[in-house]
Amino acid sequence: MSLDALTFLFVGGSFALYIGIAIWARAGSTKEFYVAGGGVPPIANGMATAADWMSAASFISLAGIVSFVGRDASAYLMGWTGGYVLLAMLLAPYLRKFGKFTVPDFIGDRYYSNTARTIAVVCTIIISFTYVAGQMRGVGIVFSRYLHVDINTGVIIGMTIVFFYAVLGGMKGITYTQVAQYCVLILAFMVPAIFLSLQVTGHLLPQTALGATLDNGQSVLATLDKLSVELGFAQYTAGSKTTIDLFFMTAALMAGTAGLPHVIVRFFTVPRVKDARASAGWALIFIAILYTSVPGVAGFGRVNLIQTVNGVENTGREYSEIPAWFERWESTGLIKWEDKNSDGKVFYSKTEENELTVNRDIMVLANPEIAQLPNWVIALVAAGAVAAALSTAAGLLLVISTSISHDLMKKTINPNLSEKQELLYARGAAVVAILVAGYFGVNPPGFVAQVVALAFGLAASSVFPAILMGIFSKRMNTAGAVSGMITGLVVTVAYIVYFKFMGGTSDQWFLGISPEGFGTVGMILNFVVAKVVSSMTAEPPTEIQQIVEDIRIPRGAGAASSH
Amino acid sequence: MSLSNENAQAYWSENLRIITTYLTIWFVVSYGCGVLFVDALDQIQFFGFPLGFWFAQQGSIFVFVGLIWAYVFSMNKLDEKYDVHE
Repeated sequence: MSLDALTFLFVGGSFALYIGIAIWARAGSTKEFYVAGGGVPPIANGMATAADWMSAASFISLAGIVSFVGRDASAYLMGWTGGYVLLAMLLAPYLRKFGKFTVPDFIGDRYYSNTARTIAVVCTIIISFTYVAGQMRGVGIVFSRYLHVDINTGVIIGMTIVFFYAVLGGMKGITYTQVAQYCVLILAFMVPAIFLSLQVTGHLLPQTALGATLDNGQSVLATLDKLSVELGFAQYTAGSKTTIDLFFMTAALMAGTAGLPHVIVRFFTVPRVKDARASAGWALIFIAILYTSVPGVAGFGRVNLIQTVNGVENTGREYSEIPAWFERWESTGLIKWEDKNSDGKVFYSKTEENELTVNRDIMVLANPEIAQLPNWVIALVAAGAVAAALSTAAGLLLVISTSISHDLMKKTINPNLSEKQELLYARGAAVVAILVAGYFGVNPPGFVAQVVALAFGLAASSVFPAILMGIFSKRMNTAGAVSGMITGLVVTVAYIVYFKFMGGTSDQWFLGISPEGFGTVGMILNFVVAKVVSSMTAEPPTEIQQIVEDIRIPRGAGAASSH
Repeated sequence: MSLSNENAQAYWSENLRIITTYLTIWFVVSYGCGVLFVDALDQIQFFGFPLGFWFAQQGSIFVFVGLIWAYVFSMNKLDEKYDVHE
């Protein structure tokens, strides 16, 4: 079968599966729509969380970033996994005991204030839209590269599929499609990764293969260091970021991960507090399978690329001798070759003689071809990339729609809304959110990459501290929480906007901290301001303090509805 | 709630102690081994990896997984001890 036919088969087959699940899991009540009835088993929730979390960026771009940046990319690897430790120990169990539907729900009730609730809604919506724009674009790009359709057509196909299961099934539909999507995406990532590590090193696991010894008698990493230095790149295993920046970046990504609303709500869907803890454990296992393979894929992907392009002597290679995948990816624009010295040879380096422009995403997208794997593996990678993008998009869209229907309409504007009307608003908001996300997919704002810093910065500096203090400090009151959130929010947004959009330069960084790491500073300020303001104002009412005592004890999280 | 106030207090402070212990390890492997002392650890070779690099890109993630599961089991035991499990 041809590659196109196989790709249609794999992608089309996975879509049929998702739609089938959506029809089976239609939501009938708000509780089913918001939290899947609260009866999801922990392993299933772990898988769904992993798919929810691992976006097009994790699947397609992360290995490329590590591959081209080397050591400094550690902040992403540690930050995006270490956040789960915070989530498991500091947030998830207590939020599950609290037992409501959304993040603004907790912040609004715990701080007995609609101002606090509204700030949380605004943060949730900004964070989620920032994120979802990139996902829809991701679906479009995968479609255009593998199925030769227009990017916009790809975006519209993606919107239609998500529309089906997010609007019909709500959280229940999303949860079980995410379980299926996790299976597709992890298979699609691991099959080429294992083939690749077998080819390059003879090791089965990419985790150990990165330390393996190659034919030249040196380890993969030592070889990479040598090749990189010869070509004028920085040494692969040495970093160029300052320690303080790396420290703050890792912290911002960890706290941001723990504070992302679409990840937090997944823990509302399990029956008991102990299930919330266990699902965090499962989620991180499922995430770690991919994340610990990434450095391997990145490492030998880079060795492969350099050796294929520059030849064994590392001095350049005749264009006619280079394998066919090179030409194929040239036509998509992911690789560009310009024969500067007209010697007919391709040469890749950091110096002026460089003739190659390489897009980082090629490390995952073209890996199966570079490794000469069969066509079905390439088709699988296409299905996996779409699964990663769709699962994250659906989780985000649900969070946007519930924060509008539940927190804004029901809790703030019209408390008399019947359950049926609320469900209608939820579905309506989901439709609008999909249309907006689709619009951004078709007309991508030029700043998608920059605003990722914003999403994590916001989550780290406002949502995470507010929830944390709500659980661990009985004394924290409305005035403290609201002033803390606003301080964290304003300082972080101002810093990011100044350096990302208004031309601030890195020599002006506060203490040498990059915008990506500034969420940590915002978080610290949030804690300090909240502490000071709350100590000068009245303590919260007894019934609120009672709530805090209650969420600290697991028993009585409420019976779950069966599935 | 069937739990007396004293018991609830004792349960909570044991919980805090467990969290503090695990988060200390969490901090040491990621921010310690992966960021602050990474250059010193890189002098040591570990299965073909400079040790600091390994912690920063793989080792810390394995430890994170272990920590969450250790926490899950510690808390399940604690819940039973204070009879607050479901």
